[in-house]
Amino acid sequence: MAERVLMKGNEAIAEAAIRAGCRHYFGYPITPQTEVAAYMAKKMPKIGGVFLQAESEIASINMVYGAAAAGMRVMTSSSSPGISLKSEGLSYIAGSDVPAFVVNVQRGGPGLGGIQPSQSDYFQATKGGGHGDYRMIVLAPASVQEMASLTVKGFNLADKYRMTAMILADGTIGQMMEPITFEDAEVETYDKPWALTGTKMQRPHNIVNSLYLKADELERKNFERYERYKVVEENEVMYEAYMMEDAEICVTAFGIAARVAKNAVVSARREGVKAGLIRPITLWPFPAQALRRAAEQVKSFVCVELNMGQMIEDVRLAIECTRPVSLCNRTGGMIPSPDQVLSAIRAAQKGVN
Amino acid sequence: MKTTQILIAGFGGQGILFAGKFLAYKGLLEDLQVSWLPSYGPEMRGGTANCSVILSDDPVGSPIITDPDVLIVMNLPSLQKYVDTVVPGGQIYVDSTLISEKVSRTDVEVRCIPATQMASDAGVPTLANMVMMGHVLKNNPQLTFDGAETTVRKLVPPSKAQLVELNMKALQAGRDYQ
Amino acid sequence: MAIVFQKPRALTDAAFHYCPGCPHGIIHRLVAEAIDSLGIEGETIGVAPVGCAVMAYDYFACDMIEAAHGRAPATATGIKRCRPDSIVFTYQGDGDLASIGMAETVHAAARNENITVIFVNNAIYGMTGGQMAPTSLPGQVTQTSPYGRDVNHCGWPIRVCELLATLEGPEYVARVAVNSVKNVKAAGKAIRKAFQNQIDKKGFSLIEVVSACPTNWGMTPQKALEWVESDMLPYYPLGVYKDRSGAKEADAT
Repeated sequence: MAERVLMKGNEAIAEAAIRAGCRHYFGYPITPQTEVAAYMAKKMPKIGGVFLQAESEIASINMVYGAAAAGMRVMTSSSSPGISLKSEGLSYIAGSDVPAFVVNVQRGGPGLGGIQPSQSDYFQATKGGGHGDYRMIVLAPASVQEMASLTVKGFNLADKYRMTAMILADGTIGQMMEPITFEDAEVETYDKPWALTGTKMQRPHNIVNSLYLKADELERKNFERYERYKVVEENEVMYEAYMMEDAEICVTAFGIAARVAKNAVVSARREGVKAGLIRPITLWPFPAQALRRAAEQVKSFVCVELNMGQMIEDVRLAIECTRPVSLCNRTGGMIPSPDQVLSAIRAAQKGVN
Repeated sequence: MKTTQILIAGFGGQGILFAGKFLAYKGLLEDLQVSWLPSYGPEMRGGTANCSVILSDDPVGSPIITDPDVLIVMNLPSLQKYVDTVVPGGQIYVDSTLISEKVSRTDVEVRCIPATQMASDAGVPTLANMVMMGHVLKNNPQLTFDGAETTVRKLVPPSKAQLVELNMKALQAGRDYQ
Repeated sequence: MAIVFQKPRALTDAAFHYCPGCPHGIIHRLVAEAIDSLGIEGETIGVAPVGCAVMAYDYFACDMIEAAHGRAPATATGIKRCRPDSIVFTYQGDGDLASIGMAETVHAAARNENITVIFVNNAIYGMTGGQMAPTSLPGQVTQTSPYGRDVNHCGWPIRVCELLATLEGPEYVARVAVNSVKNVKAAGKAIRKAFQNQIDKKGFSLIEVVSACPTNWGMTPQKALEWVESDMLPYYPLGVYKDRSGAKEADAT
């Protein structure tokens, strides 16, 4: 078995990216994700890769766009305000159908906000922070181990579907250390006949582009892209169900909120309250079916988030409001305590008894 | 072992995060489940710093500690901030060189050690944090001093090998304090 | 029969969408001739801007990418860092390069990024219908400076070559024009050198091409070229503003 090592979540992302074959990193410093850049700055020159600190988040995402178009596994990482700046580039990357890997280690917002952990970029990530019809695959790790495994997965999915895969983490998971093991990364490779390699005078020129001035052509492109998204929705949903077999209360939470929620579910069980947890690992595609099935069984839902209530909208949509859904949240960098979540579970139980 | 939640707090620059790292690595080498969560922010030096370490046989749930089993404090604001959060029956370790205030709680075990003074006397003035750690390892029933040196060797980069001896000196001073 | 004149190979057969009398066609041709004469089409990757040249990807026969507004030097950086042996050029207008993309321009130059930048300065936003550009002249009437550019209100036009020449980074910075046969010939030479520099791995080369916009200037093509000579060139003097190894070579002789 591979050795257990102690690593920060941010470092785990960087190491996993390298193992996934990423040799190009473009970024701009921002707390609390700077360890990703620092790790890359140290490692890349030693393995023949490129680390480049760009002049801005805007420049770095456009460097990613260029590198992705050149057919390389490439990434950038940032935190909330930086992701807002990168959103323009994310829209272009989506419109050009090139694969990219982007990390958002979230901090509190809006505006400059704070630097403490947050999950308030859920809307931005899952509904599209940039303009236009597009989706990104959004992966929400809840441990340092998942920071690594979902990074490898993210690179594979990005290449497979020619779209952006985003890790939506938060300051806690980014900054904390846990033991992890790096199993041999299962690196999938995909042909990229569309890539900019130079024609070598052997083929017609490739064009990477998101401009379609003819409305019918742009519409066709969008329809085609959403056909691909449909395949993602059918095949790539990931979630964890914990103590759901006989649950009467379903707690929903992702990332660090799910870690806290899990503690609360255990406490609730000790009190005889049949609580369970559904933790979406992919926020898009969202595990709507799993929640729909849960709604047939449970009496009530509690959605735990580090924001003012964002994922709760998708939970309500998924279950078509057939069950009450209550929000248990903190924001601005605060994290709900297991006791707060336990109280919310108790309240939900009372509400249905 | 049962799950042990340890909160270490003090000023930035006192090696709070490193002390936590030491405990976390020690847990790693003992095949425990471990989490280490720092406070982070612009206060690199002089501000407040704290760090949460959880050691357990079982997978760690939330890495955030609200009710520590063990509180280790190296300045007064940290003692005042966290003293009431320690679980009854828990332990509080106080650097008495820097904190003269008495701990008023009677339902916890309080151990005072003049770590900063001791580190200074031992010629390792920057390692009061490790004096504290030595004392904690010796006196917490869930922890053990065994393996301290292996852990230090793991933590100290080869280029700074001379630090192993100094860290051990500090750890041993803390261990031997009665 | 001997062929004495033909379309450069590095241009596709697509018909240009540019307005009658627009010098973009000339500048495209100069770029394509440079690519042809250096035999680099198969290795070349071009970056199109947002602006009138937005569809340049249809006109150049090499691999092409369409960048976001102003970001072409960053996109080119990404490509070049992945494929250091390809030849990467950007083709940008004044709004794209000197307004919204100034940061990307300056930093690519500061890094001496080994790319070639073709900067077309016609002192106006063409595609959006004639608004004031960062290079519009003092007093110049545009849609968004209808009383003439008031430098006390909206500042002075930016001389990009002079600005970049203050940087340690760039290899070669020169300003040329395409308003006369003589100037077109000189421009072609400078553009070729900018590509040759990249082949020789010398670094960042930027050629500012002072151009015209008859449509949005409200002039005939002929009058527009005259206005380049009478009004543009006094503010934007032609010449080589930086030539690092060229200067060294000259010193050595």
